[in-house]
Amino acid sequence: MDLVYTEAEEEFRGRLREWLAAVLPGLPPKPSPDDWPARRAHDTSWQRMLYDAGYAGLHWPVDAGGRGATPTQHLIFLEETEKAGAPYVGANFVGLLHAGPTIAAEGTAEQRARWLPPVLRGDEIWCQGFSEPEAGSDLAALRTRAVRDGDDYVVSGQKIWTSHAEVADWCELLVRTDPGAPKHRGISWLAMPMDAPGITVRPLRTLAGSTEFAEVFLDEVRVPVRNRVGAENDGWRVTMVTLSFERGTAFVGEVVACRRTLAAVAAEARRNGRWDDAVLRRRLGRLNAEFRALWRLTQGNVGESERTGGVPGIGGSVFKLRYSGLRQELYEAAAEALGAGGAFDLDREWALDRLSSLSYTIAAGTSQIQRNIVAERILGLPKGR
Amino acid sequence: MDLQLSDDQRALRSGMRDLLGAVFDRDRLRAAVERGGGVDRGLWRELGAAGLFALRLPEEAGGVGLGLPEAVLLFEEAGRALLPGPLVATHLAAGLVKGAAEGEAVVTAAEGGDRPVADLVGADAVLVAGGAGVVAGEELKALVAGARPVRSMDPLTPLHRVEARRRAEGAFAPLHRVEEHPAGAGPGEAYPGALRHAGALLTAAEQLGSAARTTEMAVQHAGAREQFGSLIGSFQAVKHLCADMLTRTEPARSALYAAALTGDPVEIAAAKLLADEAAVRNARDCLQIHGGMGFTWEADVHLHLKRAWLRAARWLTAAEAEELLAADLGPVQPLYSGSAAGGGRAGEAEGAG
Ligand SMILES: Cc1cc2nc3c(=O)[nH]c(=O)nc-3n(C[C@H](O)[C@H](O)[C@H](O)COP(=O)(O)OP(=O)(O)OC[C@H]3O[C@@H](n4cnc5c(N)ncnc54)[C@H](O)[C@@H]3O)c2cc1C
Repeated sequence: MDLVYTEAEEEFRGRLREWLAAVLPGLPPKPSPDDWPARRAHDTSWQRMLYDAGYAGLHWPVDAGGRGATPTQHLIFLEETEKAGAPYVGANFVGLLHAGPTIAAEGTAEQRARWLPPVLRGDEIWCQGFSEPEAGSDLAALRTRAVRDGDDYVVSGQKIWTSHAEVADWCELLVRTDPGAPKHRGISWLAMPMDAPGITVRPLRTLAGSTEFAEVFLDEVRVPVRNRVGAENDGWRVTMVTLSFERGTAFVGEVVACRRTLAAVAAEARRNGRWDDAVLRRRLGRLNAEFRALWRLTQGNVGESERTGGVPGIGGSVFKLRYSGLRQELYEAAAEALGAGGAFDLDREWALDRLSSLSYTIAAGTSQIQRNIVAERILGLPKGR
Repeated sequence: MDLQLSDDQRALRSGMRDLLGAVFDRDRLRAAVERGGGVDRGLWRELGAAGLFALRLPEEAGGVGLGLPEAVLLFEEAGRALLPGPLVATHLAAGLVKGAAEGEAVVTAAEGGDRPVADLVGADAVLVAGGAGVVAGEELKALVAGARPVRSMDPLTPLHRVEARRRAEGAFAPLHRVEEHPAGAGPGEAYPGALRHAGALLTAAEQLGSAARTTEMAVQHAGAREQFGSLIGSFQAVKHLCADMLTRTEPARSALYAAALTGDPVEIAAAKLLADEAAVRNARDCLQIHGGMGFTWEADVHLHLKRAWLRAARWLTAAEAEELLAADLGPVQPLYSGSAAGGGRAGEAEGAG
């Protein structure tokens, strides 16, 4: 048990810091949260800069176009980029953090060659077409049908809550390829081009006022059979790989951002006099403990995955469960710190974050579902209904 | 960087678990409860022989020469087993009080304020707050004579109140080996920093062990007890209580191990705060899952809960820890200009899926 970084890791950190210090001041300002095309352009150009500097797909395997870095180096990367206030992965979230890693783990050589380099270069954006109106937590109840016709699947159905659908080039799509099979068995995982005929994207307005996600209607969309990742009807297993990345690693970098926000909230409270309120002050102190612990938990999980290599374990559910709740508590405390004079002003920092934090206990598996996973798969309690 | 235990550390931990299984099984635990707690000198010597107290003394001084991370693992086991007695104080006194390292002497601590002293009667020495001293011999006799027993909530931990006058007296021999930790000065400072922080850390380790144990007990019971024709563990309401127990314990464990490695007072405060909460709340949830059985004297759950409450008030309370952690929230580094524009990350609901 140690917290010592190797010389190579420290060297990596040093180089990364230098690079960030050199490039970040020249970045264009962040676009407005509602201007999706501008956000896409901003996020992809940052990705391109990472790619050119050799930091794209850091922890992806080398034969998937990655740098084959250790999980620890990846953690250093997340830590340093967040600390430096570098742009967040944004519209590249799905491609970089779970669709890409799934293709790297489960795709054929041809599929990796087709899809992974554009993700790393920031040329192509992915979205996630898993949820349906009648299949949310019970994802395996999905009904979108894919019927084989020659070399294509013909896909019809509806997806919902699809983040970034408006600007995506590809969709990791779950479809039912065998309606007769038990519900977990007849599913396949497809890569669907978002410009195919028959796709209609209708933006949904979030409670934060933005068009963050969308409904996606699929009317006889033709998707080539070669776009299927994994075997036909073996999509549920592939989906579990995707979800383990989504829950296990995708939110890790945000913990550093939360610690940064927490310090900023404390600074604001000191500035405006709210710091004298012992209840608020102690609440912020407690959050300091919580986010420190989450960061240490992450470091522990990384040590674990360094040992096992590859796909993150279900320990990610413990992280996701705790993190999603704490993120909400953080922005509640921020509102407290701003006081009535600031908490309701959407132009103030943290007001919108407070709203968007509400999604964290729902998206990527609700907290109730994570508790089921922790209880059944980690603690071994009997399955129930 | 690797927060996983080394093979040696695993071996140390399982050695301690085996030892406690042998010398302090459930029968001994219940016998200790019936006795009203107190120190079992035989057991104390066995713990001394196993190196629990001398663990962090250098080998030249007859110690084991290991560090806080190893100590934390052993105290975690002690917490799991509900081992009674002033374990932390005696460990802290090793090298300061003759015989403490070997388990020949029993040393307790008077932490100041109006906190009662545990296991005072029968102790050979007391570490005393404020004056950074040790009371022993005649002075101790006088201290004990003036002490008033408290009807202790925890049947395994006898408590006494000591006279305020005694506590205030500065006439105790100074603890030369104890160094003032600069970051230790803060609200509720009762001990020279290093001692107080080590005490808080090791107490947090006991809390963590207890939190993990009550989680196990809850899961075991939920997997054995049937109602409505099903195991109660198949009911989601029960399952979710268990999941929350683990979700409290694991981040606390990470915080604890990291704090043991860095020895940083702020990290120690974080570990104590989270471990206290995990121990207390897990014991409560465990009790709930045991139903009426959980409310009986026979079940061990109440022993965990009572001790957890007691430990939460020791060395570093939640209020003190939170103030320390709040004070640590210093100014933020400025963001690089480019990405700072537009108010940081406002408005991004980054979660997909
Ligand atoms: C901001 C945001 C972005 C999203 N992005 C995407 C995306 O890009 N792609 C995508 O595919 N999906 C996306 N989702 C969808 C998300 O995965 C689902 O909302 C989530 O899985 C819950 O499904 P649901 O909304 O249908 O709720 P439901 O499943 O209907 O759940 C409603 C309530 O019932 C509870 N519940 C349901 N089943 C159980 C059970 N077995 N035990 C206990 N409680 C239960 C839930 O916890 C919840 O509280 C996004 C969601 C949000 C909020």
